[in-house]
Amino acid sequence: MKKVFGIESTAHTFSCSLVSSIDGGVHGQILSDVRSIYTPPPGSGIHPREASRHHVEVAPKIVEQSLTQAGMAMDEVDAVSFSAGPGLGPCLRVGATVARSLALYYKKPLVPVNHAIGHIELAIMLTGAKDPIILLVSGGHTLITAFSFGRWRVFGETLDLTIGQLIDQFGREAGFSSPSGPKIEELAERSSNFIPLPYTVKGNDTSFSGILTSAKKLLQNGKDLESLCFSLQEIAFAMLAEVTERALAFTEKREVLLTGGVAANRRLQEMLSEVSKRHGAGFLVVPKEYSGDCGAQIAWTGLLAHLADISVEVEKSFVKQSWRLDRVDVKWRD
Amino acid sequence: MERLIRKGAEADIYLGELFGRKAILKIRKPKPYRQPDLDSGIRKRRTLHEASFLVDARKAGVSTPLVYFIDPDKAEIVMQYIKGKRLKEIISDSKQSDIDTLYSEVGRSIAKLHKDSIIHGDLTTSNFLVIKNDVLVFIDFGLAFSSQRLEDKAVDLHLMKEALTSAHSKVADKAFSKILEGYSEVAGVKMVKDLVKKVREIERRGRYTRVE
Ligand SMILES: Nc1ncnc2c1ncn2[C@@H]1O[C@H](COP(=O)(O)OP(=O)(O)OP(=O)(O)O)[C@@H](O)[C@H]1O
Repeated sequence: MKKVFGIESTAHTFSCSLVSSIDGGVHGQILSDVRSIYTPPPGSGIHPREASRHHVEVAPKIVEQSLTQAGMAMDEVDAVSFSAGPGLGPCLRVGATVARSLALYYKKPLVPVNHAIGHIELAIMLTGAKDPIILLVSGGHTLITAFSFGRWRVFGETLDLTIGQLIDQFGREAGFSSPSGPKIEELAERSSNFIPLPYTVKGNDTSFSGILTSAKKLLQNGKDLESLCFSLQEIAFAMLAEVTERALAFTEKREVLLTGGVAANRRLQEMLSEVSKRHGAGFLVVPKEYSGDCGAQIAWTGLLAHLADISVEVEKSFVKQSWRLDRVDVKWRD
Repeated sequence: MERLIRKGAEADIYLGELFGRKAILKIRKPKPYRQPDLDSGIRKRRTLHEASFLVDARKAGVSTPLVYFIDPDKAEIVMQYIKGKRLKEIISDSKQSDIDTLYSEVGRSIAKLHKDSIIHGDLTTSNFLVIKNDVLVFIDFGLAFSSQRLEDKAVDLHLMKEALTSAHSKVADKAFSKILEGYSEVAGVKMVKDLVKKVREIERRGRYTRVE
Protein backbone atom coordinates (compact mmCIF):
# COMPACT_ATOMS: atom_id res chain seq x y z
CA MET A 1 0.00 0.00 0.00
CA LYS A 2 1.38 3.38 -1.06
CA LYS A 3 0.55 6.66 0.65
CA VAL A 4 1.05 10.03 -0.97
CA PHE A 5 0.66 13.52 0.43
CA GLY A 6 -0.64 16.19 -1.96
CA ILE A 7 -0.80 19.98 -1.92
CA GLU A 8 -3.18 21.98 -4.11
CA SER A 9 -2.38 25.67 -4.50
CA THR A 10 -3.19 26.92 -8.00
CA ALA A 11 -5.70 29.68 -7.27
CA HIS A 12 -8.15 30.45 -4.47
CA THR A 13 -7.86 27.11 -2.67
CA PHE A 14 -5.07 25.87 -0.45
CA SER A 15 -5.65 22.24 0.37
CA CYS A 16 -3.75 19.19 1.57
CA SER A 17 -4.69 15.57 1.34
CA LEU A 18 -3.43 12.11 2.03
CA VAL A 19 -4.47 9.21 -0.17
CA SER A 20 -3.52 5.58 -0.22
CA SER A 21 -3.68 3.03 -2.99
CA ILE A 22 -5.41 -0.30 -2.94
CA ASP A 23 -4.55 -2.99 -5.57
CA GLY A 24 -1.43 -1.30 -6.87
CA GLY A 25 -3.04 1.95 -7.90
CA VAL A 26 -6.31 0.81 -9.41
CA HIS A 27 -8.32 2.04 -6.47
CA GLY A 28 -7.56 4.80 -4.08
CA GLN A 29 -8.76 5.85 -0.71
CA ILE A 30 -8.90 9.47 0.38
CA LEU A 31 -7.70 9.46 3.97
CA SER A 32 -8.01 13.20 4.42
CA ASP A 33 -8.75 16.33 2.42
CA VAL A 34 -8.57 19.64 4.26
CA ARG A 35 -9.13 22.97 2.53
CA SER A 36 -9.04 26.65 3.12
CA ILE A 37 -10.51 28.93 0.47
CA TYR A 38 -9.55 32.54 -0.03
CA THR A 39 -12.62 34.68 -0.72
CA PRO A 40 -12.13 38.14 -2.16
CA PRO A 41 -14.50 40.90 -1.00
CA PRO A 42 -17.91 40.91 -2.82
CA GLY A 43 -17.75 42.54 -6.22
CA SER A 44 -14.01 42.06 -6.69
CA GLY A 45 -11.96 39.29 -8.29
CA ILE A 46 -9.24 37.07 -6.93
CA HIS A 47 -6.01 39.00 -6.46
CA PRO A 48 -3.04 36.63 -6.87
CA ARG A 49 -0.90 38.36 -4.22
CA GLU A 50 -3.74 38.46 -1.69
CA ALA A 51 -4.58 34.82 -2.35
CA SER A 52 -0.96 33.77 -1.91
CA ARG A 53 -0.78 35.68 1.38
CA HIS A 54 -3.81 33.72 2.55
CA HIS A 55 -2.14 30.46 1.52
CA VAL A 56 1.06 31.27 3.40
CA GLU A 57 -0.96 32.02 6.52
CA VAL A 58 -3.06 28.84 6.51
CA ALA A 59 -0.46 26.41 5.15
CA PRO A 60 1.02 25.09 8.45
CA LYS A 61 -2.43 24.51 9.95
CA ILE A 62 -3.79 22.76 6.82
CA VAL A 63 -0.74 20.46 6.55
CA GLU A 64 -1.09 19.57 10.22
CA GLN A 65 -4.86 18.96 10.07
CA SER A 66 -4.67 16.76 6.99
CA LEU A 67 -2.14 14.50 8.74
CA THR A 68 -4.15 14.36 11.95
CA GLN A 69 -7.34 13.59 10.06
CA ALA A 70 -5.60 10.72 8.25
CA GLY A 71 -4.05 9.54 11.51
CA MET A 72 -0.61 9.49 9.99
CA ALA A 73 2.79 11.10 10.38
CA MET A 74 4.73 12.65 7.52
CA ASP A 75 7.56 10.11 7.74
CA GLU A 76 5.07 7.35 6.91
CA VAL A 77 4.24 8.74 3.46
CA ASP A 78 5.95 7.50 0.28
CA ALA A 79 6.02 10.79 -1.62
CA VAL A 80 5.02 14.45 -1.52
CA SER A 81 3.16 15.87 -4.53
CA PHE A 82 2.19 19.41 -5.42
CA SER A 83 0.28 21.27 -8.12
CA ALA A 84 3.05 22.58 -10.37
CA GLY A 85 0.67 24.35 -12.78
CA PRO A 86 -1.21 25.71 -14.51
CA GLY A 87 -2.22 28.46 -12.14
CA LEU A 88 -1.45 31.82 -10.63
CA GLY A 89 2.29 32.26 -10.11
CA PRO A 90 2.25 33.58 -6.52
CA CYS A 91 -0.22 30.89 -5.42
CA LEU A 92 1.65 28.06 -7.14
CA ARG A 93 4.88 29.12 -5.45
CA VAL A 94 3.38 28.78 -1.96
CA GLY A 95 2.35 25.16 -2.54
CA ALA A 96 5.66 24.36 -4.22
CA THR A 97 7.67 25.87 -1.38
CA VAL A 98 5.80 23.90 1.26
CA ALA A 99 6.15 20.69 -0.77
CA ARG A 100 9.89 21.20 -1.31
CA SER A 101 10.59 21.73 2.37
CA LEU A 102 8.57 18.67 3.36
CA ALA A 103 10.32 16.55 0.73
CA LEU A 104 13.77 17.75 1.80
CA TYR A 105 13.20 17.49 5.53
CA TYR A 106 11.56 14.05 5.45
CA LYS A 107 13.70 12.81 2.50
CA LYS A 108 10.72 11.95 0.29
CA PRO A 109 10.50 12.01 -3.50
CA LEU A 110 8.88 15.17 -4.82
CA VAL A 111 6.19 14.67 -7.49
CA PRO A 112 4.93 17.54 -9.69
CA VAL A 113 1.29 17.24 -10.78
CA ASN A 114 -0.59 19.00 -13.56
CA HIS A 115 -3.70 20.49 -11.95
CA ALA A 116 -6.02 19.73 -14.91
CA ILE A 117 -4.89 16.12 -15.00
CA GLY A 118 -5.53 16.08 -11.25
CA HIS A 119 -9.21 16.93 -11.85
CA ILE A 120 -9.40 14.20 -14.47
CA GLU A 121 -7.65 11.40 -12.59
CA LEU A 122 -9.59 11.98 -9.38
CA ALA A 123 -12.88 12.04 -11.30
CA ILE A 124 -11.99 8.78 -13.06
CA MET A 125 -11.03 7.11 -9.80
CA LEU A 126 -14.20 8.22 -8.00
CA THR A 127 -16.62 7.37 -10.82
CA GLY A 128 -14.93 4.26 -12.17
CA ALA A 129 -14.92 5.64 -15.73
CA LYS A 130 -13.08 3.45 -18.27
CA ASP A 131 -12.41 5.38 -21.47
CA PRO A 132 -14.44 8.57 -21.31
CA ILE A 133 -14.63 11.77 -23.25
CA ILE A 134 -14.19 14.40 -20.55
CA LEU A 135 -15.66 17.86 -20.19
CA LEU A 136 -13.50 19.81 -17.75
CA VAL A 137 -15.24 22.99 -16.65
CA SER A 138 -13.75 25.27 -14.01
CA GLY A 139 -12.33 28.72 -13.41
CA GLY A 140 -9.08 27.85 -15.12
CA HIS A 141 -10.26 25.42 -17.79
CA THR A 142 -12.99 24.78 -20.29
CA LEU A 143 -12.03 21.91 -22.52
CA ILE A 144 -12.97 18.54 -23.96
CA THR A 145 -10.38 15.83 -23.81
CA ALA A 146 -9.89 12.10 -24.31
CA PHE A 147 -6.87 9.89 -23.84
CA SER A 148 -4.94 8.52 -26.79
CA PHE A 149 -1.33 7.56 -27.51
CA GLY A 150 0.06 8.49 -24.12
CA ARG A 151 -1.51 11.88 -23.68
CA TRP A 152 -4.76 13.68 -22.93
CA ARG A 153 -5.67 15.11 -26.34
CA VAL A 154 -7.71 18.29 -26.55
CA PHE A 155 -10.72 17.99 -28.87
CA GLY A 156 -12.09 21.41 -28.11
CA GLU A 157 -11.60 24.31 -25.76
CA THR A 158 -12.58 27.88 -25.13
CA LEU A 159 -11.13 30.56 -27.36
CA ASP A 160 -11.37 33.25 -24.70
CA LEU A 161 -12.98 33.12 -21.24
CA THR A 162 -13.48 29.89 -19.30
CA ILE A 163 -17.02 29.08 -18.19
CA GLY A 164 -15.95 29.76 -14.59
CA GLN A 165 -14.66 33.20 -15.54
CA LEU A 166 -17.93 33.98 -17.34
CA ILE A 167 -19.95 33.03 -14.28
CA ASP A 168 -17.70 34.80 -11.77
CA GLN A 169 -17.26 37.95 -13.80
CA PHE A 170 -20.98 38.28 -14.36
CA GLY A 171 -21.57 37.53 -10.68
CA ARG A 172 -19.13 40.24 -9.73
CA GLU A 173 -21.05 42.75 -11.87
CA ALA A 174 -24.15 41.74 -9.90
CA GLY A 175 -22.26 42.32 -6.64
CA PHE A 176 -21.78 38.69 -5.57
CA SER A 177 -18.61 37.38 -4.03
CA SER A 178 -16.60 34.89 -6.09
CA PRO A 179 -17.07 32.06 -6.76
CA SER A 180 -20.65 32.98 -7.63
CA GLY A 181 -21.74 29.77 -9.38
CA PRO A 182 -24.11 28.52 -6.66
CA LYS A 183 -25.76 31.94 -6.31
CA ILE A 184 -26.31 32.27 -10.08
CA GLU A 185 -27.65 28.72 -10.26
CA GLU A 186 -30.13 29.47 -7.49
CA LEU A 187 -31.38 32.66 -9.18
CA ALA A 188 -31.57 30.95 -12.57
CA GLU A 189 -33.88 28.30 -11.15
CA ARG A 190 -36.44 30.99 -10.30
CA SER A 191 -36.90 32.18 -13.87
CA SER A 192 -37.88 30.82 -17.25
CA ASN A 193 -37.85 34.12 -19.07
CA PHE A 194 -35.46 33.73 -21.98
CA ILE A 195 -33.38 36.70 -23.09
CA PRO A 196 -31.26 36.06 -26.21
CA LEU A 197 -27.48 36.39 -25.73
CA PRO A 198 -24.73 35.62 -28.29
CA TYR A 199 -24.38 31.88 -28.91
CA THR A 200 -20.85 31.31 -30.26
CA VAL A 201 -19.61 27.85 -31.20
CA LYS A 202 -16.71 27.40 -33.63
CA GLY A 203 -16.12 23.77 -34.48
CA ASN A 204 -15.58 22.16 -31.07
CA ASP A 205 -14.46 25.45 -29.54
CA THR A 206 -16.49 27.99 -27.60
CA SER A 207 -16.30 31.73 -27.04
CA PHE A 208 -17.98 33.29 -24.01
CA SER A 209 -16.86 36.91 -24.20
CA GLY A 210 -19.94 37.96 -26.21
CA ILE A 211 -22.28 36.56 -23.56
CA LEU A 212 -20.43 38.40 -20.80
CA THR A 213 -20.48 41.75 -22.58
CA SER A 214 -24.18 41.54 -23.46
CA ALA A 215 -25.30 40.23 -20.09
CA LYS A 216 -23.40 42.95 -18.25
CA LYS A 217 -24.90 45.64 -20.46
CA LEU A 218 -28.44 44.30 -20.01
CA LEU A 219 -27.93 44.23 -16.25
CA GLN A 220 -26.76 47.84 -16.24
CA ASN A 221 -29.85 48.73 -18.30
CA GLY A 222 -32.07 47.30 -15.58
CA LYS A 223 -32.99 43.83 -16.92
CA ASP A 224 -33.94 41.60 -14.04
CA LEU A 225 -31.16 39.51 -12.60
CA GLU A 226 -33.06 36.22 -12.41
CA SER A 227 -33.91 36.19 -16.13
CA LEU A 228 -30.33 37.09 -16.96
CA CYS A 229 -28.93 34.28 -14.79
CA PHE A 230 -31.38 31.86 -16.38
CA SER A 231 -30.52 32.91 -19.93
CA LEU A 232 -26.79 33.01 -19.32
CA GLN A 233 -26.88 29.43 -18.04
CA GLU A 234 -29.19 28.21 -20.80
CA ILE A 235 -26.99 29.64 -23.54
CA ALA A 236 -23.52 28.97 -22.13
CA PHE A 237 -24.40 25.40 -21.09
CA ALA A 238 -26.12 24.65 -24.40
CA MET A 239 -22.88 25.66 -26.09
CA LEU A 240 -20.93 23.27 -23.84
CA ALA A 241 -23.47 20.52 -24.47
CA GLU A 242 -23.18 21.05 -28.19
CA VAL A 243 -19.38 20.89 -28.36
CA THR A 244 -19.39 17.83 -26.13
CA GLU A 245 -21.93 16.21 -28.43
CA ARG A 246 -19.72 17.00 -31.42
CA ALA A 247 -16.67 15.46 -29.80
CA LEU A 248 -18.73 12.48 -28.70
CA ALA A 249 -20.11 11.88 -32.20
CA PHE A 250 -16.62 12.29 -33.64
CA THR A 251 -14.76 9.99 -31.23
CA GLU A 252 -17.63 7.52 -30.78
CA LYS A 253 -16.68 7.05 -27.12
CA ARG A 254 -19.10 5.21 -24.83
CA GLU A 255 -18.84 7.43 -21.75
CA VAL A 256 -19.05 11.12 -20.91
CA LEU A 257 -17.42 12.33 -17.70
CA LEU A 258 -18.08 15.79 -16.30
CA THR A 259 -15.58 17.30 -13.89
CA GLY A 260 -14.20 20.61 -12.56
CA GLY A 261 -15.87 23.15 -10.29
CA VAL A 262 -18.77 23.95 -12.63
CA ALA A 263 -19.62 20.21 -12.81
CA ALA A 264 -21.64 20.75 -9.63
CA ASN A 265 -24.27 22.72 -11.60
CA ARG A 266 -27.49 20.70 -11.89
CA ARG A 267 -28.65 22.28 -15.13
CA LEU A 268 -25.36 21.52 -16.85
CA GLN A 269 -25.54 17.94 -15.59
CA GLU A 270 -29.07 17.59 -16.91
CA MET A 271 -28.10 18.80 -20.39
CA LEU A 272 -25.05 16.56 -20.64
CA SER A 273 -26.95 13.57 -19.42
CA GLU A 274 -29.43 14.07 -22.30
CA VAL A 275 -26.61 14.44 -24.80
CA SER A 276 -25.05 11.19 -23.58
CA LYS A 277 -28.36 9.38 -23.75
CA ARG A 278 -28.93 10.47 -27.35
CA HIS A 279 -25.65 8.83 -28.34
CA GLY A 280 -26.10 5.76 -26.16
CA ALA A 281 -23.19 6.75 -23.94
CA GLY A 282 -22.99 6.49 -20.17
CA PHE A 283 -22.92 9.72 -18.18
CA LEU A 284 -20.75 10.20 -15.10
CA VAL A 285 -20.21 13.22 -12.84
CA VAL A 286 -17.53 13.73 -10.25
CA PRO A 287 -19.09 13.78 -6.75
CA LYS A 288 -19.90 17.32 -5.68
CA GLU A 289 -17.44 17.49 -2.77
CA TYR A 290 -14.56 16.74 -5.14
CA SER A 291 -15.62 18.83 -8.13
CA GLY A 292 -13.76 21.92 -6.99
CA ASP A 293 -10.03 22.35 -6.42
CA CYS A 294 -8.78 20.05 -3.68
CA GLY A 295 -5.70 18.35 -2.32
CA ALA A 296 -7.08 14.91 -3.15
CA GLN A 297 -6.78 15.53 -6.91
CA ILE A 298 -3.08 16.26 -6.45
CA ALA A 299 -2.40 13.50 -3.92
CA TRP A 300 -4.15 10.85 -6.04
CA THR A 301 -2.48 11.86 -9.30
CA GLY A 302 0.80 12.17 -7.41
CA LEU A 303 0.33 8.60 -6.27
CA LEU A 304 -0.24 7.36 -9.83
CA ALA A 305 2.81 9.29 -11.01
CA HIS A 306 4.88 7.98 -8.09
CA LEU A 307 3.97 4.41 -9.01
CA ALA A 308 5.25 5.21 -12.52
CA ASP A 309 8.53 6.47 -11.01
CA ILE A 310 7.94 10.13 -11.77
CA SER A 311 9.66 12.65 -9.56
CA VAL A 312 11.60 15.90 -9.80
CA GLU A 313 14.73 17.11 -8.05
CA VAL A 314 14.04 19.91 -5.60
CA GLU A 315 16.41 22.29 -7.43
CA LYS A 316 14.53 21.72 -10.66
CA SER A 317 11.00 21.82 -9.30
CA PHE A 318 9.85 25.00 -11.02
CA VAL A 319 6.19 25.92 -11.26
CA LYS A 320 4.68 26.37 -14.72
CA GLN A 321 1.91 28.94 -14.87
CA SER A 322 0.55 27.84 -18.23
CA TRP A 323 1.35 24.14 -18.29
CA ARG A 324 -1.02 22.54 -20.80
CA LEU A 325 -2.35 19.10 -20.03
CA ASP A 326 -1.64 17.86 -23.56
CA ARG A 327 2.07 18.45 -22.95
CA VAL A 328 2.21 15.84 -20.22
CA ASP A 329 3.34 12.29 -21.04
CA VAL A 330 1.03 10.20 -18.93
CA LYS A 331 3.19 7.16 -18.22
CA TRP A 332 0.70 5.49 -15.89
CA ARG A 333 -2.02 5.03 -18.53
CA ASP A 334 -2.15 3.02 -21.73
CA MET B 1 -38.01 5.13 -48.57
CA GLU B 2 -35.43 6.91 -46.43
CA ARG B 3 -33.14 5.03 -44.15
CA LEU B 4 -31.17 6.56 -41.27
CA ILE B 5 -27.50 6.17 -42.14
CA ARG B 6 -25.83 8.38 -39.58
CA LYS B 7 -26.55 10.26 -36.40
CA GLY B 8 -24.26 13.29 -36.48
CA ALA B 9 -23.79 15.62 -33.57
CA GLU B 10 -26.26 18.04 -34.98
CA ALA B 11 -28.37 16.22 -37.47
CA ASP B 12 -29.79 12.89 -38.51
CA ILE B 13 -28.72 11.82 -41.99
CA TYR B 14 -31.11 9.74 -44.12
CA LEU B 15 -30.44 8.13 -47.47
CA GLY B 16 -33.33 8.12 -49.92
CA GLU B 17 -34.21 8.84 -53.52
CA LEU B 18 -35.29 11.88 -55.47
CA PHE B 19 -36.36 11.49 -59.12
CA GLY B 20 -34.53 8.23 -59.31
CA ARG B 21 -31.28 9.52 -57.83
CA LYS B 22 -29.83 8.78 -54.45
CA ALA B 23 -30.24 11.75 -52.13
CA ILE B 24 -29.38 12.70 -48.57
CA LEU B 25 -31.95 14.16 -46.21
CA LYS B 26 -30.30 16.08 -43.39
CA ILE B 27 -32.63 16.97 -40.52
CA ARG B 28 -31.62 19.05 -37.55
CA LYS B 29 -34.03 17.55 -35.04
CA PRO B 30 -35.07 19.60 -32.00
CA LYS B 31 -32.78 19.12 -29.03
CA PRO B 32 -34.99 18.77 -25.98
CA TYR B 33 -32.22 19.92 -23.62
CA ARG B 34 -32.14 23.37 -25.21
CA GLN B 35 -34.47 26.21 -24.34
CA PRO B 36 -37.09 26.06 -27.17
CA ASP B 37 -36.54 29.56 -28.63
CA LEU B 38 -32.80 29.06 -28.61
CA ASP B 39 -33.20 25.63 -30.19
CA SER B 40 -35.43 26.66 -33.07
CA GLY B 41 -33.29 29.74 -33.77
CA ILE B 42 -30.11 27.68 -34.03
CA ARG B 43 -31.65 24.97 -36.22
CA LYS B 44 -33.22 27.39 -38.65
CA ARG B 45 -30.16 29.65 -38.89
CA ARG B 46 -27.80 26.76 -39.51
CA THR B 47 -30.02 25.18 -42.13
CA LEU B 48 -30.14 28.43 -44.07
CA HIS B 49 -26.40 28.97 -43.75
CA GLU B 50 -25.60 25.45 -44.78
CA ALA B 51 -27.72 25.60 -47.93
CA SER B 52 -26.38 28.94 -49.06
CA PHE B 53 -22.72 28.19 -48.34
CA LEU B 54 -22.90 24.79 -50.03
CA VAL B 55 -23.78 26.75 -53.15
CA ASP B 56 -21.23 29.55 -52.57
CA ALA B 57 -18.41 27.07 -51.97
CA ARG B 58 -19.10 25.55 -55.37
CA LYS B 59 -18.80 28.98 -56.95
CA ALA B 60 -15.44 29.33 -55.20
CA GLY B 61 -14.27 26.17 -56.93
CA VAL B 62 -14.65 23.68 -54.07
CA SER B 63 -16.75 20.54 -54.59
CA THR B 64 -19.83 20.22 -52.41
CA PRO B 65 -23.05 18.19 -52.69
CA LEU B 66 -25.72 19.84 -54.85
CA VAL B 67 -28.60 21.26 -52.85
CA TYR B 68 -31.96 19.96 -54.10
CA PHE B 69 -34.40 21.30 -51.54
CA ILE B 70 -34.52 23.20 -48.27
CA ASP B 71 -37.16 23.77 -45.58
CA PRO B 72 -35.76 26.15 -42.94
CA ASP B 73 -38.77 25.88 -40.64
CA LYS B 74 -38.38 22.13 -40.41
CA ALA B 75 -34.58 22.48 -40.53
CA GLU B 76 -34.35 20.07 -43.46
CA ILE B 77 -32.03 19.98 -46.45
CA VAL B 78 -32.15 17.48 -49.28
CA MET B 79 -28.84 17.20 -51.13
CA GLN B 80 -26.86 15.08 -53.51
CA TYR B 81 -25.61 11.78 -52.12
CA ILE B 82 -21.83 11.53 -52.26
CA LYS B 83 -20.51 8.00 -52.47
CA GLY B 84 -17.26 8.26 -50.61
CA LYS B 85 -15.40 7.77 -47.37
CA ARG B 86 -14.75 10.34 -44.71
CA LEU B 87 -11.15 11.60 -44.63
CA LYS B 88 -11.07 10.45 -41.02
CA GLU B 89 -11.44 6.84 -42.11
CA ILE B 90 -8.96 7.20 -44.94
CA ILE B 91 -6.35 8.53 -42.53
CA SER B 92 -6.74 5.57 -40.21
CA ASP B 93 -6.57 3.10 -43.11
CA SER B 94 -3.65 4.43 -45.14
CA LYS B 95 0.04 5.13 -45.01
CA GLN B 96 1.01 8.79 -44.68
CA SER B 97 2.76 9.10 -48.04
CA ASP B 98 -0.29 7.79 -49.88
CA ILE B 99 -2.46 10.67 -48.80
CA ASP B 100 -0.07 13.60 -48.92
CA THR B 101 -1.75 14.80 -52.09
CA LEU B 102 -5.12 14.69 -50.34
CA TYR B 103 -3.81 16.92 -47.56
CA SER B 104 -2.51 19.48 -50.04
CA GLU B 105 -5.88 19.37 -51.78
CA VAL B 106 -7.54 20.08 -48.42
CA GLY B 107 -5.23 23.09 -48.04
CA ARG B 108 -5.90 24.36 -51.56
CA SER B 109 -9.65 24.05 -51.07
CA ILE B 110 -9.66 25.87 -47.74
CA ALA B 111 -7.63 28.66 -49.34
CA LYS B 112 -10.15 28.91 -52.20
CA LEU B 113 -12.99 29.24 -49.72
CA HIS B 114 -11.14 31.88 -47.73
CA LYS B 115 -10.30 33.79 -50.89
CA ASP B 116 -14.03 34.08 -51.53
CA SER B 117 -14.67 35.18 -47.91
CA ILE B 118 -16.11 31.82 -46.89
CA ILE B 119 -15.18 30.62 -43.41
CA HIS B 120 -16.19 26.97 -43.05
CA GLY B 121 -16.40 27.11 -39.27
CA ASP B 122 -16.17 23.36 -38.67
CA LEU B 123 -13.10 21.95 -40.38
CA THR B 124 -12.63 18.41 -39.13
CA THR B 125 -11.63 15.19 -40.83
CA SER B 126 -15.23 13.97 -40.75
CA ASN B 127 -16.41 16.90 -42.84
CA PHE B 128 -14.46 15.98 -45.96
CA LEU B 129 -15.74 13.13 -48.10
CA VAL B 130 -13.32 11.50 -50.50
CA ILE B 131 -14.52 9.81 -53.68
CA LYS B 132 -12.35 7.02 -55.08
CA ASN B 133 -9.38 8.12 -53.02
CA ASP B 134 -8.84 11.38 -54.85
CA VAL B 135 -11.83 13.69 -55.27
CA LEU B 136 -12.44 15.80 -52.20
CA VAL B 137 -15.94 17.01 -51.28
CA PHE B 138 -16.59 19.50 -48.47
CA ILE B 139 -19.74 19.06 -46.38
CA ASP B 140 -21.38 20.39 -43.22
CA PHE B 141 -21.50 24.17 -43.72
CA GLY B 142 -23.90 24.82 -40.84
CA LEU B 143 -21.35 26.94 -38.96
CA ALA B 144 -20.09 28.75 -42.05
CA PHE B 145 -20.11 32.50 -42.32
CA SER B 146 -18.74 35.22 -44.51
CA SER B 147 -15.59 37.14 -43.54
CA GLN B 148 -12.29 38.45 -44.84
CA ARG B 149 -10.72 38.91 -41.39
CA LEU B 150 -7.37 37.24 -40.80
CA GLU B 151 -8.59 36.24 -37.34
CA ASP B 152 -11.55 34.26 -38.71
CA LYS B 153 -9.42 32.46 -41.29
CA ALA B 154 -6.88 31.63 -38.58
CA VAL B 155 -9.58 30.18 -36.30
CA ASP B 156 -10.64 27.98 -39.22
CA LEU B 157 -7.09 26.65 -39.54
CA HIS B 158 -6.78 26.29 -35.78
CA LEU B 159 -9.87 24.05 -35.80
CA MET B 160 -8.33 21.93 -38.53
CA LYS B 161 -5.13 21.60 -36.52
CA GLU B 162 -7.04 20.79 -33.34
CA ALA B 163 -8.93 18.01 -35.12
CA LEU B 164 -5.68 16.56 -36.40
CA THR B 165 -3.72 16.72 -33.14
CA SER B 166 -6.56 15.29 -31.10
CA ALA B 167 -7.80 12.49 -33.32
CA HIS B 168 -4.81 11.74 -35.54
CA SER B 169 -1.91 12.65 -33.25
CA LYS B 170 0.62 10.44 -35.02
CA VAL B 171 0.27 12.11 -38.41
CA ALA B 172 -0.86 15.54 -37.24
CA ASP B 173 2.31 17.59 -37.76
CA LYS B 174 3.04 16.23 -41.19
CA ALA B 175 -0.58 16.50 -42.30
CA PHE B 176 -0.95 20.07 -41.12
CA SER B 177 2.21 21.21 -42.85
CA LYS B 178 1.01 19.58 -46.08
CA ILE B 179 -2.28 21.44 -45.69
CA LEU B 180 -0.41 24.72 -45.26
CA GLU B 181 1.66 23.91 -48.33
CA GLY B 182 -1.50 23.48 -50.38
CA TYR B 183 -2.95 26.65 -48.89
CA SER B 184 0.11 28.67 -49.92
CA GLU B 185 -0.18 27.45 -53.53
CA VAL B 186 -3.45 29.37 -53.74
CA ALA B 187 -2.98 32.20 -51.27
CA GLY B 188 0.75 32.77 -51.31
CA VAL B 189 3.56 32.20 -48.81
CA LYS B 190 3.17 35.57 -47.13
CA MET B 191 -0.48 34.88 -46.31
CA VAL B 192 0.37 31.51 -44.78
CA LYS B 193 3.07 33.13 -42.66
CA ASP B 194 0.61 35.67 -41.29
CA LEU B 195 -1.96 32.97 -40.65
CA VAL B 196 0.45 30.68 -38.81
CA LYS B 197 1.42 33.57 -36.56
CA LYS B 198 -2.22 34.32 -35.85
CA VAL B 199 -2.98 30.65 -35.15
CA ARG B 200 -0.23 30.62 -32.51
CA GLU B 201 -1.67 33.74 -30.94
CA ILE B 202 -5.16 32.19 -30.83
CA GLU B 203 -3.77 29.07 -29.22
CA ARG B 204 -2.24 31.08 -26.42
CA ARG B 205 -5.59 32.63 -25.49
CA GLY B 206 -8.09 30.80 -23.36
CA ARG B 207 -5.16 29.21 -21.59
CA TYR B 208 -4.71 29.71 -17.94
CA THR B 209 -5.21 33.44 -17.84
CA ARG B 210 -7.01 34.08 -14.62
CA VAL B 211 -6.08 37.74 -14.69
CA GLU B 212 -9.21 39.61 -13.76
N1 LIG C 1 -24.17 14.53 -49.10
C1 LIG C 1 -23.73 13.47 -48.41
N2 LIG C 1 -23.41 12.33 -49.03
C2 LIG C 1 -22.96 11.25 -48.36
N3 LIG C 1 -22.81 11.22 -47.04
C3 LIG C 1 -23.10 12.32 -46.33
C4 LIG C 1 -23.58 13.50 -46.97
N4 LIG C 1 -23.81 14.43 -46.03
C5 LIG C 1 -23.48 13.86 -44.84
N5 LIG C 1 -23.05 12.59 -44.99
C6 LIG C 1 -22.59 11.66 -43.92
O1 LIG C 1 -23.19 11.98 -42.68
C7 LIG C 1 -22.21 12.44 -41.73
C8 LIG C 1 -22.76 13.60 -40.90
O2 LIG C 1 -23.14 14.67 -41.77
P1 LIG C 1 -22.94 16.21 -41.38
O3 LIG C 1 -21.52 16.43 -41.00
O4 LIG C 1 -23.51 17.06 -42.45
O5 LIG C 1 -23.91 16.27 -40.10
P2 LIG C 1 -23.66 16.85 -38.64
O6 LIG C 1 -24.74 16.38 -37.77
O7 LIG C 1 -23.43 18.29 -38.76
O8 LIG C 1 -22.35 16.06 -38.27
P3 LIG C 1 -21.17 16.41 -37.25
O9 LIG C 1 -21.23 15.29 -36.27
O10 LIG C 1 -19.95 16.34 -38.13
O11 LIG C 1 -21.41 17.75 -36.68
C9 LIG C 1 -21.02 12.81 -42.59
O12 LIG C 1 -19.79 12.70 -41.88
C10 LIG C 1 -21.11 11.80 -43.71
O13 LIG C 1 -20.59 10.56 -43.31
